[in-house]
Amino acid sequence: MAIRTEPFVINMGPQHPSTHGVFRMRLTLDGEVVVDLEPVFSYLHRGIEKLVEGRTYAQIIPITDRLDYVASMSNNLAYVVAVEKLAGITVPERAEYLRVIMAELQRIASHLIAVGSFLNDCGAYFTPFMYMYREREDIVDLFEMVCGQRLTYNYMRIGGVSHDVPDEFLVALDKFVRRMPYFIDEYDQLLAENEILLARTKGVGILPKELAINSSAAGPVLRGSDVKWDIRKADPYSVYDRFEFDIPTGSVGDCYDRYRVRVEEMRQSVRIIKQAMEQLPPGEVRSEVLPLLRPPVGEAYGHIEGPKGELGFYLVSDNSIAPYRLHIRPPTLINLTALHDMIIGWKIQDAVIIFGSIDICLGEVDR
Amino acid sequence: MTIALSGKEVGTKLEEKFPGSIVESSQDSLLVKSEFLLPVATYLKDTPGFDFDYLACITAVDYSDYFEVVYHLTSLERNHSLVMKTRCYGRDNPSLPSVVSLWRGADFQEREIYDLMGINFDGHPNMKRIFLWQGFEGHPLRRDYL
Repeated sequence: MAIRTEPFVINMGPQHPSTHGVFRMRLTLDGEVVVDLEPVFSYLHRGIEKLVEGRTYAQIIPITDRLDYVASMSNNLAYVVAVEKLAGITVPERAEYLRVIMAELQRIASHLIAVGSFLNDCGAYFTPFMYMYREREDIVDLFEMVCGQRLTYNYMRIGGVSHDVPDEFLVALDKFVRRMPYFIDEYDQLLAENEILLARTKGVGILPKELAINSSAAGPVLRGSDVKWDIRKADPYSVYDRFEFDIPTGSVGDCYDRYRVRVEEMRQSVRIIKQAMEQLPPGEVRSEVLPLLRPPVGEAYGHIEGPKGELGFYLVSDNSIAPYRLHIRPPTLINLTALHDMIIGWKIQDAVIIFGSIDICLGEVDR
Repeated sequence: MTIALSGKEVGTKLEEKFPGSIVESSQDSLLVKSEFLLPVATYLKDTPGFDFDYLACITAVDYSDYFEVVYHLTSLERNHSLVMKTRCYGRDNPSLPSVVSLWRGADFQEREIYDLMGINFDGHPNMKRIFLWQGFEGHPLRRDYL
């Protein structure tokens, strides 16, 4: 005789180690199998789009640091790219190269956290995480050299960057890009063919290509599902059209593919930084921009390929010193759209991994 | 480089197909009448040559007299983009058709607009607040919200 079971509802989060912050999933379970899922947001909602009302364009830059706080440089960059598009401001060459170097370092740092915490969720408790924090520490030290901050950098400015880099920075950066490929090889030796990792992630949480596109997934989640789409190539901003790099993609869209895409992207970022260092021109790092900028009446949508996907800022100007409207396109919130379809039918311990493979940051999801 | 399609050219084609659907069009964008939003969006998504398979971003702007909802469409296949807009009038219960049936990616974004701007999306499977709690009064991103 079969044992009668009844579905029951549990709350996973907001305080749960695998939710990477304060995210809550209301799961309906049949035994161990997830049959329904409702994401619950907003435990970190600070109303950033409301907060920026009445602030000048320059005052908003430090607020963008607080979106995806493990990738502040990328947030800064996306915002200034949008403002420059709106106001038609040109950026000196050296500043463009410095921006690319910072954005790619930030991508590596963000992916290190993403991969490290993903492996944590897989049960490799904190060992790989600490390996990856070792390298992230180097990147954070580099950022500290250029802007004095270790988390909320506030480095980009409208029309350039806040300071030129100190001489020691390029020496330390050179050392870092020489070492980093060996560290990535080390991770691969330890993890890529690890039997437990393969068993837990291969074929788990598949996001089909069509659904990935239809649900507006972006970044490694989209590319993991075999969609060769990267804004750095598709719609180059800054000076990305001057570098050679590949777009890694997955084949089936499972958790393993998303993990591999992130690791490969780190290698590509190192490649871009090396080229940017070789080409780095001398000169100014900031063009003259009025402190109380008044862009002409109009609107602009600036987007970049952030570490977690397409990060966009939509700005409307009414020719005053503050934007009439600012909207942030958060890649991680939109990447969660397909979470329901990815998790249904899997066991609760797989749900942890599938959720971890999306790599979210609640500062950006809830804003 | 993603090619931004001219709103004027696309608007002329759409006007032939759906007479009276386009309010105005410019180089940068296309303003669609809200009654025609769904047929126009379906046409843009499914017609070869447009193939707008990817909805990059939806947002709403409060211009006091009306709300403007802005859709940033992209075609990953053809690498081109289009900005489509629509307006809805009235502040008590403005509503627009939902595009979730076409692009799943609109799901959370439309809920966010409902939550913060107070625009209802008819046909959305789960139209409720996303960030603020149920029972919260008002919609904070409106210009008249203090």
